[in-house]
Amino acid sequence: MQQILDRDEEVAAQADSSDCFVRFIDVQKSYDGVELVVKGFNLDVRHGEFVTLLGPSGSGKTTCLMMMAGFETPTHGQILLKGEPINDLPPHKRGIGMVFQNYALFPHMTVAENLAFPLEVRHLSKDEIQRKVDRALAMVRLEDFGARRPAQLSGGQQQRVALARALVFEPDLVLMDEPLGALDKNLREEMQYEIKRIHASLGVTMIYVTHDQTEALTMSDRIAVFNDGVVQQLATPDTLYEAPENAFVASFIGENNRLLGEVVERQGERCQVRLDSGETVTATPVACGEVGTRTTLSLRPERVAIFDHSRQDELDNCFRGEVLEVIYLGDHLRTRLRVCGNDDFILKTPNAKGHSALKPGQGVEVGWSWRDCRALDA
Amino acid sequence: MSESPAAPLRTADGVPLKVSLRRAVRRSKIKALLLVAPLLTFLIIAFVMPLFEMLWRSVDNPEVSTHLSRTVAALEGWNGESLPDETTFAALAEDLREGQQARNLGLLSSRLNYEKSGMRSTISRTARRIGTLEPPYREALIEVNDTWGELDTWKLIQRETSPYTMSYYLAAIDRQLSPDGEIITVPEHMQIHATLFWRTLWMSAVITGLTLLLGYPVAFLLASLPARHSNLLMILVLLPFWTSLLVRTTTWIAILQSQGVLNDVMVALGIIADEARWQMIHNKMGTIIAMTHILLPFMILPLYSVMKTIPPSYMRAARSLGGKPFLSFRRVYFPLTIPGIAAGGILVFILSIGYYITPALVGGQSGRFITNYIAYHMQTSLNWGLAAAIASILLFVVIICYLVFNRLIGVDKVKLG
Ligand SMILES: Nc1ncnc2c1ncn2[C@@H]1O[C@H](COP(=O)(O)OP(=O)(O)OP(=O)(O)O)[C@@H](O)[C@H]1O
Ligand SMILES: [Mg+2]
Repeated sequence: MQQILDRDEEVAAQADSSDCFVRFIDVQKSYDGVELVVKGFNLDVRHGEFVTLLGPSGSGKTTCLMMMAGFETPTHGQILLKGEPINDLPPHKRGIGMVFQNYALFPHMTVAENLAFPLEVRHLSKDEIQRKVDRALAMVRLEDFGARRPAQLSGGQQQRVALARALVFEPDLVLMDEPLGALDKNLREEMQYEIKRIHASLGVTMIYVTHDQTEALTMSDRIAVFNDGVVQQLATPDTLYEAPENAFVASFIGENNRLLGEVVERQGERCQVRLDSGETVTATPVACGEVGTRTTLSLRPERVAIFDHSRQDELDNCFRGEVLEVIYLGDHLRTRLRVCGNDDFILKTPNAKGHSALKPGQGVEVGWSWRDCRALDA
Repeated sequence: MSESPAAPLRTADGVPLKVSLRRAVRRSKIKALLLVAPLLTFLIIAFVMPLFEMLWRSVDNPEVSTHLSRTVAALEGWNGESLPDETTFAALAEDLREGQQARNLGLLSSRLNYEKSGMRSTISRTARRIGTLEPPYREALIEVNDTWGELDTWKLIQRETSPYTMSYYLAAIDRQLSPDGEIITVPEHMQIHATLFWRTLWMSAVITGLTLLLGYPVAFLLASLPARHSNLLMILVLLPFWTSLLVRTTTWIAILQSQGVLNDVMVALGIIADEARWQMIHNKMGTIIAMTHILLPFMILPLYSVMKTIPPSYMRAARSLGGKPFLSFRRVYFPLTIPGIAAGGILVFILSIGYYITPALVGGQSGRFITNYIAYHMQTSLNWGLAAAIASILLFVVIICYLVFNRLIGVDKVKLG
């Protein structure tokens, strides 16, 4: 146990074990005995929290959820639910609500029968079942749809039914595997809001899987960024965006300008990095090694400014660049520049009044603060 | 082309849209028809025509009206209360004489013999002596064979003048018409068909049940195993299709007979005594075992095709909602496989009630199906009318099964492959 606390200080600080609702301890999973799909997965989820597993396709998110729900057994490690190991508990005894990506509504039952199923298997009385089903339908605003079959519902409605069914038996924990993957953008946003509302009103713990970073950022209390079967960073959305701990997180969450170079000097909370193109940049060392090691500098496009003498003190890194492309996006302009030998250097400027538009081919001076420029692993 | 009050839409060159559409559609229809034409022709010649021929034969009744045409004419208006008059007897003599010369009385005598046993010998005996007979024919004929003096004989001839008859169907269910035209049951020692029908039906039901019992888990495994393993299993399921039916059936004889492999093994293991070898072949058990084996793929494949479409997430959802494994299966998985069960069931059942070769080879006396009697009537007794009637009843049962299936499940629910 101590080992994990050491590994992830942030989690350790937040999760004192009495508070900890779900806990993955060093979980590994291999399907074929050759390759580890999940490698040393550690996660602590507090009661009532909304935690998202975010990661690219094939990174093992579903696998982790399936282990939690009991459909796959961890090859190594333990999963604790309310402090109890559940490795040997069959799925139907775990009392975990689950929303599947394709909803998995039973096609031969009506909506009401679908919702009644988890209550019937718990041998509740008829009246009670009726009451709970009605309440669940009301919660997802489908009061009038109880008698329909799933096939007679739209995608969004099916999604709501799936959600209601996962919640109707009042589980403490609900797992969702890309529940909004099949919906169009508007419906998705509406459902994101709906799920958040339900989460807030019921206070259940939710573990949510998605590979859509905006979805993760809007919905979650905390996000576990997943890659290659390992949690790269577990943090609140703003921390993930503002203070990514490694190059993968920086590039996976939000847009990111990358500059490659070598650490030439470290002093306190600053470091000097010599870029491959020759320039030297002052940055915040986050995950870079000692002097002489290679590093990736990460810089958010909206933190880059067009040089302006009034802000000279803040913009301690200042370089000349050439405008390659300007894209008008309504509320802001997205300008692609060549800066420090990087042709994909993006600059986002708000479409403020009186703002002078840049033209392709034009030279421009840009600058940024060392605080916004993070030196990460190579 | 009906001109609607509003100007019809026209294509660029002025042809009304509907006309040009119809022309385009007609062309593609003709093309489609040409593609299916060979098969259609084949089906009409090899399936539809024989089918109607069979239905026709089961009610066709030409013998009396063709071969006894004069008698039939003379019997018209006969009241049936006393023996017919001399002219009728004379007409009969004339018909028989002509038939004897043309040597075509066989069909007539068999036909009448189905209705009244003894008629075959009556006719052949009379026909043999017809040359020597002199008027008055009434006395002469009665003297040759006193059957001609029975009122029932004449009633029979009068009844069978009709070009259609129900008597084959009646015979197929062990009924016949009494001389007075009432439907009566044939004497007990002659009742075979009804028993056979029932046996065919219940044994087919048992076979269907067994294939379901054995096939369901296999289909489930096929549908849930990863492709690598399921392909191998599928080959095993399909393997029987690549071996001759006859070979498979005779293999069962080798295995099941009293000096066969299975009995030998059981005797060797001391499970049964040498004198008490089990009789597992040439009886109902033989038919059921062999046919269950042979028809198993026809159950597995439709089940598999339905199960393949059921995503594993349904069962997982049921489990995660708190359903114990068996309950989840019963409430969620099983109901979704019902179309497959019905499709496989109806397929096996229909194939089974029409199965011939296996019951013939391994069924012995007690394990024989109604189909074996169709064959018997076709080949040995040469009563094609009866064979056709039995076959038509089977066809009727099949159609009923299909209609019930379609009504309850819907044929469109089942996709093969
Ligand atoms: N049942 C299985 N048998 C073998 N390998 C599997 C199985 N399920 C998943 N895998 C493999 O495990 C890895 C992780 O799969 P997983 O489904 O957990 O990814 P994911 O993060 O959920 O991806 P996605 O976002 O595409 O759903 C993949 O490489 C996948 O091929
Ligand atoms: Mg997944």
